[in-house]
Amino acid sequence: MNHRGTRDLRLDALARVEGEAALHLRVDGDTVTETRLRIYEPPRFFEALLTGRGHTEPPDITARICGICPVAYQMSACQAIENACGVTVDGPLAELRRLLYCGEWIESHTLHIHLLHAPDFLGCADVVELARRERAAVERGLRIKQTGNAILEQLGGRPIHPVNVRVGGFYRTPAPEELRPLAERLRQAREDALETVRWVAAFDFPDAVCDHDLLALRDPGRYAIDSGTPAVMAALGQAPAPREFPLSDFEQRVRQGQVPHSTALTATLDGRRHLTGPLARYAINGRWLHPVAAEAGRDAGLGDPLTGAVCDNPFRSIVVRAVEVVQAVEEALRIIDGYERPPRPAVEVQPRQGTGAGATEAPRGLLYHRYTLTEDGTLTGARIVPPTAQNQAAIEEDVRGAAQARLRSAGPAADDEELTHLCERAIRNHDPCISCAAHFLDVTVRRA
Amino acid sequence: MTGRVVVIGVGNPLRGDDGVGPAAVEALRGRVPDGTVLTVSDGEPGRMLDLWGGADAVVVVEALRARPGRPGTLHTFTAAEAAGRTPGTASTHALGLGECLALAETLGRLPPRLVVHAMEVADVALGARFSDAVRSALPELIDRVAASVRQTLDRD
Repeated sequence: MNHRGTRDLRLDALARVEGEAALHLRVDGDTVTETRLRIYEPPRFFEALLTGRGHTEPPDITARICGICPVAYQMSACQAIENACGVTVDGPLAELRRLLYCGEWIESHTLHIHLLHAPDFLGCADVVELARRERAAVERGLRIKQTGNAILEQLGGRPIHPVNVRVGGFYRTPAPEELRPLAERLRQAREDALETVRWVAAFDFPDAVCDHDLLALRDPGRYAIDSGTPAVMAALGQAPAPREFPLSDFEQRVRQGQVPHSTALTATLDGRRHLTGPLARYAINGRWLHPVAAEAGRDAGLGDPLTGAVCDNPFRSIVVRAVEVVQAVEEALRIIDGYERPPRPAVEVQPRQGTGAGATEAPRGLLYHRYTLTEDGTLTGARIVPPTAQNQAAIEEDVRGAAQARLRSAGPAADDEELTHLCERAIRNHDPCISCAAHFLDVTVRRA
Repeated sequence: MTGRVVVIGVGNPLRGDDGVGPAAVEALRGRVPDGTVLTVSDGEPGRMLDLWGGADAVVVVEALRARPGRPGTLHTFTAAEAAGRTPGTASTHALGLGECLALAETLGRLPPRLVVHAMEVADVALGARFSDAVRSALPELIDRVAASVRQTLDRD
């Protein structure tokens, strides 16, 4: 049985901010006895910073929470404020917002697929080694990413922390001819994105099944990005039909608490572990994928999304992300094709006393904002629930499951280095946002 | 003087000393010759490659953690030296400057000339102000970056 005693594996975040993310795994013989993952600090600093500010400020301030997905923060912030003020932004302005969001999906997913996730599957230490071995694939990724970047620059005014977004719409909207060069680049990106789906579909995937409840926005008729109602699909084999609930109930349903295997406070949905992000979106929205993206998913072995196929292997999330890049490219092309300049760049949003909520699908999953305003628009309360905060328990369970499966097959002979690497992979499957300032994880192993 | 010079301040201004790169770049406005591109970045490699695409010379201004640390101490690195400082780790969300430079080198995308000016930092908590050591050393950092830009242009 246990010939090696208890051992502890630790991954501590270093780089810029020490201790912002860490994993502690305790192994007793061939059993994982404890998994503690502290991977995300909820944006309490930003909630405090927002209190006392004006109702037009959340898009600019919350964009700074994440350098990789500022648009997601801006869009959820705008929707929450507009909801509080009784305003709906629709028509061409909403389409432009969706186009901007597509740019972010393309950029963020492509970064994760090519620079962070793919090296795991090809036995490369990092993207530098990957670039030496598969230069064309990395160049292709950078090319797709640049196209996403170009959308952000065109509509957002600049690629990081876009400055052209405001409550009610934009400061300036482009003329249709300004978007035409983007369409040209997007057509090239479509070929690159399809090639990427084929590339990642051929990777070897460890066997794994996740049994978390899935949460995503649902917007019948189209793949949810910037709109929709929260919908839950129960863990596999239980009740595959998604159940919707109103966004106003979000904070009653998604709560902080303790879950099995964890001592940390973790978000649960109706008291159960849940996952948000690409796997959830694909399960709940797959039937509304663009035909080209749906075909790419089918060919990549994800099953038929049009009949509600669910991908339950978290290692295959890289394939789902690649399909979502195709979807974002197709959607961007559709929007540009039908675009007419809106009569005004923004709808007027007069403040009023009240509370409003907004939710959109960040690349990593459902991002919720809620604000309370006084009559003159002063913010008296803010709540931000990002996807990584929600996914923490699911990631922790995946880490435990992956390490346990390896111990079961290899016994206590599974060495620390191998287990540590496996844990990193299980975390990376969900592209967690580690406060964006912690750039590295240093790994140390301590034996008891 | 024909070369295109790009100065990139890397860091997050909301994280105390981590904002030293962007602060230095801000302070350079009006102090460097016209045509010098002054920009800031979160350091994400794809965007860094885009920022210096077509540049003849690049000056990167970055925060640095050393062990044991002496906050406020300035270091100057070549691209190869900075790339060699990649800790070879398991990043899960983002890549650092060392990896970015190593990637650029592998892809043949390093600019003809690149220098990194880095300052050792202390407090990078969200909402922190500059530490005393960093505030005191900031003028020297700005002078060094300005001198790098001038040297680059003089050479052309």
